Amino acid sequence: MRISRRILAGLATASLAVTATSCGGGGTSGSFDDTVTVGILHSLSGTMAISESTLVDTEKMAIEEINAAGGVEVGGKSYKIEYIVEDGASDWPTFAEKSKKLIDQDGVPVVFGGWTSASRKAMLPVYESKDAFLYYPIQYEAQECSNNIFYTGATPNQQSEPATDFMYKRSPAAGGDFFLVGSDYVFPRTSNTITKAQVKQLGGKVVGEDYLPLGNTEVAPIISKIKKALPEGGIIINTLNGDQNVAFFKQIQDAGITPSSGYYVMNYSIAEEEISTIGPEFLEGHYGAWNYMMSIDTPASKKFAKNFKKRWGADRVVADPQESAYNMVYLWKQAVEDAGTFDDNAVREALVGQKFDAPQGPVEVMPNHHLSQTVRIGQINAEGGFTILEETGVVLPQAWNQKHPSSKGFACDWTDPSKGEKYKL
Amino acid sequence: MELLLDSLFNGVAIGSVLLVAALGLAIVFGLMGVINLAHGELMMLGAYTTYVTQLIFKLPILKPFYNSYIIVSIFLSFIVSGVVGILLEKTIIRKLYGSPLETLLATWGVSLILQQFVRSVPLAYGTGLVISLIIGLFLPTTFSLKIKESINFKYFKFSSWIFAALTGVMSGSIISSSVSKLSRASARNVDVTAPSWMRGQVEIIGTAFPKTRLMIIIITLISVIAITLFLNQSAWGMRIRAVTQNRQMSECLGISTEKVDIITFGIGSGLAGVAGVAVSLLGSVGPNVGGNYIVGCFMVVVLGGVGNLLGTVLASFGIGIMTDLIGAGRLLSIWPDMPLPISNTINFFATTSMARVMIFALIVIFLQFKPTGLFPQKGRMVEN
Repeated sequence: MRISRRILAGLATASLAVTATSCGGGGTSGSFDDTVTVGILHSLSGTMAISESTLVDTEKMAIEEINAAGGVEVGGKSYKIEYIVEDGASDWPTFAEKSKKLIDQDGVPVVFGGWTSASRKAMLPVYESKDAFLYYPIQYEAQECSNNIFYTGATPNQQSEPATDFMYKRSPAAGGDFFLVGSDYVFPRTSNTITKAQVKQLGGKVVGEDYLPLGNTEVAPIISKIKKALPEGGIIINTLNGDQNVAFFKQIQDAGITPSSGYYVMNYSIAEEEISTIGPEFLEGHYGAWNYMMSIDTPASKKFAKNFKKRWGADRVVADPQESAYNMVYLWKQAVEDAGTFDDNAVREALVGQKFDAPQGPVEVMPNHHLSQTVRIGQINAEGGFTILEETGVVLPQAWNQKHPSSKGFACDWTDPSKGEKYKL
Repeated sequence: MELLLDSLFNGVAIGSVLLVAALGLAIVFGLMGVINLAHGELMMLGAYTTYVTQLIFKLPILKPFYNSYIIVSIFLSFIVSGVVGILLEKTIIRKLYGSPLETLLATWGVSLILQQFVRSVPLAYGTGLVISLIIGLFLPTTFSLKIKESINFKYFKFSSWIFAALTGVMSGSIISSSVSKLSRASARNVDVTAPSWMRGQVEIIGTAFPKTRLMIIIITLISVIAITLFLNQSAWGMRIRAVTQNRQMSECLGISTEKVDIITFGIGSGLAGVAGVAVSLLGSVGPNVGGNYIVGCFMVVVLGGVGNLLGTVLASFGIGIMTDLIGAGRLLSIWPDMPLPISNTINFFATTSMARVMIFALIVIFLQFKPTGLFPQKGRMVEN
């Protein structure tokens, strides 16, 4: 049943440009019994707008696809999905404010939104106090498990842990020392705490660590530290944010820190979108780890990329955050159909265990409100994409990281009332 | 020895970025007393000019000269930022001399407008607008004295603006049709790639130095020397210094203070544009690029002593060397077996974030003892 609907969706997307305005796969707008309005909340202005607007585009595309395939079926009635887009303006309190507006004033059953951890942390109390539901699509530092948030991005054990393992065991710099570089905020610091614990377990050595304050692009002291700590080359784990990456890669190349001299950088926040901004000539030969990469050679992945380019322009690319955003819209639709209602609590219960054939491969919603996902390690090539080197099997998400000292031995399970947010294993 | 050289070079490299960025502000804020919060955005315009120049040099006609685009863009950036600065002075700042708070608010507003401008106007048309500004402002000054003094001069001026507008629109559409990257507005950061001769490193006395950093040091040196010569040797430089010291007296002696203000502000803004070229070599170019530097610029000017170029130079190299010494934990490698408590403290501050905190703290302490900076200006400042 579900599979047939997927095929239908695929067929219908071929006529997407037309159906976006005329509604309904070949039918008229009267073919829906009712409408349901969902909320989309990302930054459309300010510094985050460049990244977050790609998510809005993807979510709109997913909604149009679903509508073209007949909308959401609840209790024998078909609903057309409509959306209200709100602007979080790259300002975290605004995210909380707009969330309240969407929940109270517009009465939306679900909000798709957020990018930065700071925006999520600002929204969390709103959703918990109103018992509403937020879908959050970004790979993040975990160490959080809310009953009112559903996380479709990777947790550290679905990104950084397999990546560290790869770098230490199978990369050209295998067995080398580690140097950790990041922007100075919660994600890099948490991620690096985990990496340090893991490197120690593997028997390797972290010889240095430095953080660049957000907005600062003076990386000269970091470069001299790297040269001092890793005189013969080694592994650099990079969690810098946004344009700081541009400054970093331009300057390490000038300083001779390149793959050809034995330095390999593993990046956790550089996807296809960022590669084209920084320039592949600075990144070629370095690595990245994601659940989805545009170069995945499966029909689902190719179709996703093709549809996106068709809808938004041939020069656009798709990357991991967009794939997560795409998945969450479909997972919500499936959960609503299984629950037979738009009511939050019923949907939340129906959500756990939902499976979806995502562009990255099959994903499944786990009791801790995160997704089981596939992890891929790729090497950046001259064309600005990833050459996929390794693919793990499906990795289960850990909301509480098992390598981080503060959360070791804890887990999260919302299906069992006696366990909940954080229980001891 | 090698360590010392390395440290010195790094310090000078960091310092020269600060210096080139602060040089224009040292003139605008130091000599004129104008708190120009749009200084960072004038830098940004310089950086975008570099980007546009780079793309234009990729066109088939100019392709053979591609390697020299960076040199050309230094001059172009100076002109672009200088002209925008002159316009800013003529329209807004002139009305606000003597009221620093209003200047601060007005220039901050201008900085927001400029940021939004590059986000929402296609760069090709932005270039066209700047071209028409340049022509409109300078064409009337080239007319012969006879025309200038004639009663119909305003008509000549008006028609030269029409000519300027037409040229601007034309060049805008030519650029937009020939360089597709410039024809659409985008808030996305763009990238300036240094020509191949400026990439990689060069060996000096056994140590490898990145070429881009050397280039920035050279740009800074030339700017400092040129501006010092201009202020101390040329007639206009003398007039600028005279107006700085005593505006009324200079006016009485027949110096056109209005012209002096325009020239001073134009040069200060133009230097911000040159700083934009330097900055574009290090990182990406985006609407917010200037904002990252503005605090550092004010810090350098205040520390150096308002109104004193030598102070600005020493302050920026001082901060640069301190940043490297503290941030890279160099004291530890110079003196490896120091007592544990000291080495622990040094290690604690040996990250980029903490080094910044430490440097700000040191500057605050320093200013407690010398509130007017390293080299306080002697004589009278600009009167209101």
